[in-house]
Amino acid sequence: MNTQPTTPLAMQATGLTKRYGHVVALDGADFELAKGEILAVVGDNGAGKSSLIKVLTGATIPDSGTVFVDGAEVHFKNPLSARLAGIETVYQELAVATQLNIAQNLFLGRELRKPGLRGQIFRQLDKSRMRQQAADHMKNLGIRIQSINQKVETLSGGQRQAVAVARAAAWGKRVVILDEPTAALGVRETNQVLNLITRVRDQGLSVVLISHSMPDVFQIADRIHIHRLGRRAVVVSPKTTSMSDVVAVMTGALPADAVQSSLIATQPPLPSASH
Amino acid sequence: MQTSDRVRTDTGQAKIDAEPAGSPPAGLFAGLRRAATGLFAYPVTGPLVALILILIVFSVTTSTFLNAGNLSLIFQQSVVVGTLALGQTLIILVSGIDLANGAIMVLGMVVAGSIAANGDPMLGMLVGLAVCIVAASINGLIITRFRLPPFIATLGLFTILTAAARLYTQSRSYPINSDFMTILGEGPSFGLVTITYGSMLWIALTLVLAYALNQTAWGVRVYAIGNSPAAARLNGVNVNGVIFSVYALAGVFYAFAGWQALGRTPIADPSGYQIANLDSITAVVIGGTSLFGGRGGVAGTFIGALIVVVLKNGLTQAGIDSLYQQIATGFLVILAVGADQYLGRGQRA
Ligand SMILES: Nc1ncnc2c1ncn2[C@@H]1O[C@H](COP(=O)(O)OP(=O)(O)O)[C@@H](O)[C@H]1O
Ligand SMILES: [Mg+2]
Repeated sequence: MNTQPTTPLAMQATGLTKRYGHVVALDGADFELAKGEILAVVGDNGAGKSSLIKVLTGATIPDSGTVFVDGAEVHFKNPLSARLAGIETVYQELAVATQLNIAQNLFLGRELRKPGLRGQIFRQLDKSRMRQQAADHMKNLGIRIQSINQKVETLSGGQRQAVAVARAAAWGKRVVILDEPTAALGVRETNQVLNLITRVRDQGLSVVLISHSMPDVFQIADRIHIHRLGRRAVVVSPKTTSMSDVVAVMTGALPADAVQSSLIATQPPLPSASH
Repeated sequence: MQTSDRVRTDTGQAKIDAEPAGSPPAGLFAGLRRAATGLFAYPVTGPLVALILILIVFSVTTSTFLNAGNLSLIFQQSVVVGTLALGQTLIILVSGIDLANGAIMVLGMVVAGSIAANGDPMLGMLVGLAVCIVAASINGLIITRFRLPPFIATLGLFTILTAAARLYTQSRSYPINSDFMTILGEGPSFGLVTITYGSMLWIALTLVLAYALNQTAWGVRVYAIGNSPAAARLNGVNVNGVIFSVYALAGVFYAFAGWQALGRTPIADPSGYQIANLDSITAVVIGGTSLFGGRGGVAGTFIGALIVVVLKNGLTQAGIDSLYQQIATGFLVILAVGADQYLGRGQRA
């Protein structure tokens, strides 16, 4: 609504819990993501990072807790409803169709049809418009490719991941979430993808980066969300907290209040008319 | 201390460079393989070259093969397997397989024939069409809902429907007297050449399906699902919905194939077309569509169906026993699948 106060937060969540039988995957987890930032989410195996992301992307419904998008409470029923709210995800397993070309991958599931009868009656795709838009988009993100008509199977691993990130950036109106996007890549390709992620951020989107690689996190993150035992331990800035301290909080060797917090919100947004 | 650990190998200006994946393979053999891969990148090149070679061989070795009358006969002999193979292509493109298509077609034919025998051919045709769509949709339902492997689901339906057709007819066949039901065997003649309406229909159906596969979002999704169902699902494609639509639509093609069959031989025979399923798979595979899904198309299948029939026809003209014809077809299937396996390797990690 127009009357709503604007919030600096693109997304927020409070008190998320999720149980699987006796396992508590999320134990009152909080989350906040500022507009136009790269927020890294780090934590030990089993800390609940993936469970947190799944709630934020509508892949699972939490037992309790609230999610806010742009200050308004949302209840995602499935990944599609998160998508419609402007939240796109790049999954760890490469979600590209290698036999399709780059333009087809960018538009898969959201193909454009020709205007008029050819589109409405004969369902004809507007291939030239999709190619043009895809080429422009790749250019804006600084991804150089020989041809937008190249099959993705002809691309290297880093380029394929770049296509997946570009796809998310193209459709995510607010937030792009990346689950271990560089896990399968070499040093050079990792750097290319990290640079691409910063360009996505520079276009005004908010980015959530789940990563096990501390060097990656410290290279591009604006803030670091440390997840431990199913909840957020603390959010820190890479400018004021060292890599070894982050690891120490992650593993419990250092208490969370021993590092400087970079939290923005102190309270959840007031209940308000939702979108 | 925190900055010393950072890995910073560039200054933020790196671009994602486009270069082919992997290093260039060395050696003559690899070079040949690359050349072959390039050639076969156009899905119909391989099948087309094979068809032309076979045509040349039979033209040279027999005196009766190469004439307009025989070539138009080959076309007429191709329409049933060719039309069945259109539905089969769709299914194989989504990594499925349909062993029941011949049985579905035959059930549709005998139901249509029995109703026509009672005096209503038009109703018979419509009910036959419905039978084909429903039977094919049952395949789609079993595969998408109950997650059975397509091979098993359609093998089961093949057995059931074959028996059902015989029970329904009490193993009798229905001669067809309706002109409309056999019209696809007719057509304008020019001397020895007859261009049947069935041949025209086969070409038209191929073109329509080629359009649907190449020019619509549905077609893109069919290829995407055959390529990687997981990637398609993560990208928001309704994978089960598209797969179901593929099986149901294949049923429409099986109904058309049944109509074609009545044009060829005006008898609805419950024990006919026993190995039409295998012939249709052969046509699809020889036509260059990958059994792994996601690659190929109906243009190749059109040529593949012609190859299957040309082989049979040509070897008959050459006076070679039909058992050897089967052996030749079998070799061709193994060759085609082998080529797909070998050339497509590395694309499926
Ligand atoms: N679908 C599930 N069923 C049962 N347990 C689960 C499920 N998903 C996660 N868990 C459990 O919840 C805990 C948190 O898992 P996860 O969110 O995957 O952590 P992370 O991604 O940080 O490694 C783990 O103990 C895990 O075994
Ligand atoms: Mg995880």
